[in-house]
Amino acid sequence: MPAPRSTAKVRIHPLGDAALLAELGTRLDTALNTRAIALAAALKKRRDVRLAIAGYASVTVHFDPEQTTLEALGAAITRLAAKRPPLEEPGRLHRIPVSYDGPDIGAVAARLGLTPQSIAELHSRPIYRVFLVGFVPGWAYLGPLPEELELPRLHVPRTQVPAGSVAIAGRQTGIYPLATPGGWHLIGRTSLKLFLPDSDPPCLFRAGDRVKFFASQI
Amino acid sequence: MTHVLRVVEPGLFTTIQDLGRPNAITSGVPPGGAMDRFAHSAANLLVGNDAGAATLECTLSGPRLQAERSCLVAVTGASFGLLVNGESAPAWNGIFLSRGDQLSFGQRRRGARAYIALAGGIAGDRWLGSLSTSVLAARGGMHGRILVAGDLIAGAGDPARPVVSGRELDSALLPDYESGLLHAVPGPHWKRLGPDARQSFFGAFFTVSRDADRMGYRLDGPRLDAAGDELLSFGLTFGAVQVTPSGQPILLMADHQTAGGYPVIATVVTASLPIAAQLVPGAPLRFAEITLEQAQRLRRNRLAALASLSR
Repeated sequence: MPAPRSTAKVRIHPLGDAALLAELGTRLDTALNTRAIALAAALKKRRDVRLAIAGYASVTVHFDPEQTTLEALGAAITRLAAKRPPLEEPGRLHRIPVSYDGPDIGAVAARLGLTPQSIAELHSRPIYRVFLVGFVPGWAYLGPLPEELELPRLHVPRTQVPAGSVAIAGRQTGIYPLATPGGWHLIGRTSLKLFLPDSDPPCLFRAGDRVKFFASQI
Repeated sequence: MTHVLRVVEPGLFTTIQDLGRPNAITSGVPPGGAMDRFAHSAANLLVGNDAGAATLECTLSGPRLQAERSCLVAVTGASFGLLVNGESAPAWNGIFLSRGDQLSFGQRRRGARAYIALAGGIAGDRWLGSLSTSVLAARGGMHGRILVAGDLIAGAGDPARPVVSGRELDSALLPDYESGLLHAVPGPHWKRLGPDARQSFFGAFFTVSRDADRMGYRLDGPRLDAAGDELLSFGLTFGAVQVTPSGQPILLMADHQTAGGYPVIATVVTASLPIAAQLVPGAPLRFAEITLEQAQRLRRNRLAALASLSR
């Protein structure tokens, strides 16, 4: 007999009458995210599923209510989630040049008791994972950020963050693909284009990709 | 491509929309598409198109269009006082226009969004599998923007079914647009609301604030405080009701952000989304709890109403 899988039970919540949220966990965790991406990929193959979107540790599933019900699909998801996910191939690696001169770098350094130079070093050291692409076109949630750089979001979000801003909040980092409002700390900027409207898919990053920043004058 | 309609006046915010690009959600691109899918689909079926052909979505005021050649059109959704050559004309009905005829609108009477379908469908730029206009990305529809005076609207092809005027929808089959009543199912984070907030959500009146567009509506009303830790971001849907840290509910609409981390306390069911789509800023609304079985029944009633048009 194989050893029982140590996976907690999936929680299925309705999102109206034609979608559901399948929660695998509540932690920012690479293994959970790997399972979510594998589950979404498996669900996309089903005829009663219109769309499956992996979150950090969940899958949002749009289904055809003429073909299935919340209970039936929920049971199928629970079975699928209990399977060992296929060994994940390493995601594509992106190397991103960053000029660490964002408007918040001084304030972030002061709050963390670090120098701007050490913030650049700490931020560009890990290889981050793309946990999720979403929010606005081309935005990717990257992490985990080193603990030494962990800060809560800004109290008052900016009404306009310039496109290309490299930002941190909590255990996450990301790059603003478009000029949008934002509540993260801006530590740098890049000239790289993340939203590619004339490509398909129209963004540089995909869930599961890896990202390495390096300091560069741009 | 044959130009069929000339835009004489564009109206306040008129865009080309179809049923959107749901598969682009995984790139962070809003799914888009018509806000009121019942009215959009009905307009298409009234002129013999498939329900998913592109239409014009006209927000709060309608355009003035001149027929460059004879054509069949239908106008559904909000009531903006439809006129053909200055004379009152019936909505929810197929209407033949001759070359030179002008279709226009008088005063807004009810609702937020009217739909104009053209037999054969409206042509536009296809982006990521859809003709829907994304103003955010400046892609799709009429070059990714709202209509302006002088634009020429072309037909996409031949209609799927014979072109006959006079198809009409029995008004008894219309959604109850004036009720302001949105049926909803409790969401994943419903239990984060305290007893008072739960009672307020299904019971109190809310008002659509001025901050209301195709992305979503911020609602004014009782404050709904959600307890608990920050959530990890997850995929969102059209109809989800989020609450912000300040306790304000936001009803997500067709151009919603694709992922977010605010608690989702409820989701408006498919059959009530057309009613939500027709709410204007300042309009009162309330939420009523419904079971999934009841939601299924309401959704099938809507489908049956649309099916009555393609027979």
